[in-house]
Amino acid sequence: MRFQFSEEQERFRQEVRDFFDRELPANWTVGEWLPEESLETEDDWALFSSLRRKMAEKGWLSMWWPKEYGGQERSRVEFAILREEIFYRGVPGFDGFGSMMLAPLLLTYGTEEQKRKHLPRIARAEVRWCQGFSEPNAGSDLASLTTRAVEDGDYFVINGQKCWTSVGHRADWVFLLVRTDPTVPKHKGLSFLLVDLKTPGITMNPVYNLLGHRHWNEVFFDGVRVPKENLVGEKNQGWYVAAALLNIERSAIETCAGLRRALDRLLSYVKERDTLASNPVIRQKLAALATKVEVCRLLCYRTVWLEDKGLNPAYESSMGKAFAADLIPEVADAGLQVLGLYGQLGRGSKWAPLNGAVEQVYLAYPPWALAGGSPEAQKNIIATMGLGLPR
Amino acid sequence: MDFGLSEEQEMLRSMARDFLTRECPVSLVREIEADERGYSPELWRKMAGLGWLGLVFPEEYGGSGGSFLDVTILLEEMGRSLAPVPFVPAVVLCGLPILTAGTQEQKREFLPKIATGEAILTMALTEPSASYTAEGIATRATPRRGDYIIRGTKLFVPYAHVARYLLCVVRTGPGITLLLVDGESPGIKCTLLNTIASDRQSEVIFDGVRVPQRNTLGKRDEGWGVVEATLRQAAVAECALMLGGAQRALEMTVDYVKERVQYGRPIGSFQVVQHKCVDMAVDVEGARYITYQAAWKLSQGLPCIREVSMAKAWVGDACSRTCAEACHLHGAIGYTQEHDVQLYLRRIKAADLTFGDATFHHEIVAQQLGL
Repeated sequence: MRFQFSEEQERFRQEVRDFFDRELPANWTVGEWLPEESLETEDDWALFSSLRRKMAEKGWLSMWWPKEYGGQERSRVEFAILREEIFYRGVPGFDGFGSMMLAPLLLTYGTEEQKRKHLPRIARAEVRWCQGFSEPNAGSDLASLTTRAVEDGDYFVINGQKCWTSVGHRADWVFLLVRTDPTVPKHKGLSFLLVDLKTPGITMNPVYNLLGHRHWNEVFFDGVRVPKENLVGEKNQGWYVAAALLNIERSAIETCAGLRRALDRLLSYVKERDTLASNPVIRQKLAALATKVEVCRLLCYRTVWLEDKGLNPAYESSMGKAFAADLIPEVADAGLQVLGLYGQLGRGSKWAPLNGAVEQVYLAYPPWALAGGSPEAQKNIIATMGLGLPR
Repeated sequence: MDFGLSEEQEMLRSMARDFLTRECPVSLVREIEADERGYSPELWRKMAGLGWLGLVFPEEYGGSGGSFLDVTILLEEMGRSLAPVPFVPAVVLCGLPILTAGTQEQKREFLPKIATGEAILTMALTEPSASYTAEGIATRATPRRGDYIIRGTKLFVPYAHVARYLLCVVRTGPGITLLLVDGESPGIKCTLLNTIASDRQSEVIFDGVRVPQRNTLGKRDEGWGVVEATLRQAAVAECALMLGGAQRALEMTVDYVKERVQYGRPIGSFQVVQHKCVDMAVDVEGARYITYQAAWKLSQGLPCIREVSMAKAWVGDACSRTCAEACHLHGAIGYTQEHDVQLYLRRIKAADLTFGDATFHHEIVAQQLGL
């Protein structure tokens, strides 16, 4: 047992913090969940791209990959530390889709050509990826998706629709889960494809969050021709390929860090106001929340520790994720309670405390509890895989 | 970060579990609930024989130089078995402050006796004010001719009725002093309280009890710092006991809902029941790591006021929730004396209240956060 990071890990954390201190604009604040959510203007995107390149130069986008494919073979713990600091500061530019989701999958299931074609470009921040999984009728029940891929010579022809495609409008490629065989049980007829978003037949429409930001997209595929060399893993094995992705870096440390960010800002706000700071109800509430966030952090790092040991955190990752997800509305509610009427003021109003951060937490954080599996789905996993309860 | 036990720690845990499974069945727990002594002398002797009582004392005082983390591992197993022994009062509430603040003579006098199980000690701290603050201490010790004369009432004192010595926390002017009092001194009147956990807590009235001044532990008027440090260790010890108990209550409940059939299917196949079990499991896992974080920091001598209070607040609430849900999921039988699950409910509720409940510790956390 040891509840302290090593000196090396603490040095790395400090290196990351120093980097952000240097590279972020002096007045940098962000209230939304994913830093990318608030980047609307071209200037914002220029900052995003510049930060991405700088992180790539440090090797951070491929930190824990094998050296053979441009990685640094650094530990999962250090990677979690990087993610934690990114989300604590609200730093844009990382690109979880390529670096964290697709890359490990390619490392396990990709052909050599696929690895050599795609991995270095992710590591060097030359390509941005997005995810094409969910559909209007396939959310929690992802396996029931219907976007169809029909074989035609050396190509798959894709017809269908994806939704909740985060930052798709700024991406170059999408990794897609499609149905290649509608005649077999749903999990057994899916395939995993890599698709260049410049391919003819793809249309992307914005979906606006409650803060009016375009973060998500609907993506329509109309006769889109994808070369068969872009199939990852075997045909009809896509579900199992994708499932591997869901088990890599599932600690929810990002959610925890985002919540810590929100709570710390709330604490700073309260500390400056004696009537709030001396109110026992507020003291109790914030102390209880800080305690829960601490428990959350421990559960998340426990998952990272298991991953670092090469073990599969089958239900442990679900615990951290469900816990963090359930904490989101609690932190948001606490913020609004503390701020009272001021809590409803959005960013840009001269009267808005914390630059509207609390309103943002209330409106923009909760959907992230649903990403990658709702708390209800996570609890089902814990019940069956963790506790062995019968279906 | 390392969330696992070392090989030695795992061996300690495993040995403790085997020992307690054999030597502390539920039948013993129930027997002792009805026994006026409130503890099993045989079990106490055997624990002493295994070196558990002196584990955290240096070898020169009859111990084995183990760490507080090692003791935490043992306490978790004791909590799981509901072991009816005065471990926390003797070893943590008295042994540890004697080790920290005692003179060589006092350490040589008391620590070996605690380690062999020969002497049961307890701390007489809380009073009718029911607080864990210095302001709550009204019991006075007045100096007279090389002695102190103690007058006052202590309440909720565990195992006072069988204690060979009581470590009394008394007011000497504006300051607080710790005095080691012989349990057989004239003027001490012990009355057992009827408590939820069927543990043996007493009202202890000190009516002109004479104690030699050389029985002062640490410095006169400077006792509260020692008490606070001891309370932190005791809070974490109590967390470990609660954790072990809640884990067992969870296991019993999961087993039950897999077996209990209604509407032609195990009730554990209903989603609401599943999610309640999951909430319990997450509560207990959280309790585990927040307890061990505090225990580890205490073992390392690192500052940990915040971590200790976070642990006690969380574990008390989480384990109380877990036990309440455990009884509930058993249906009405969970509320009968015949069933074992209620043993955990009652024991853990008492533990939640002891050494500061969530409200008390959240206030400490608030201060630590700078509010």
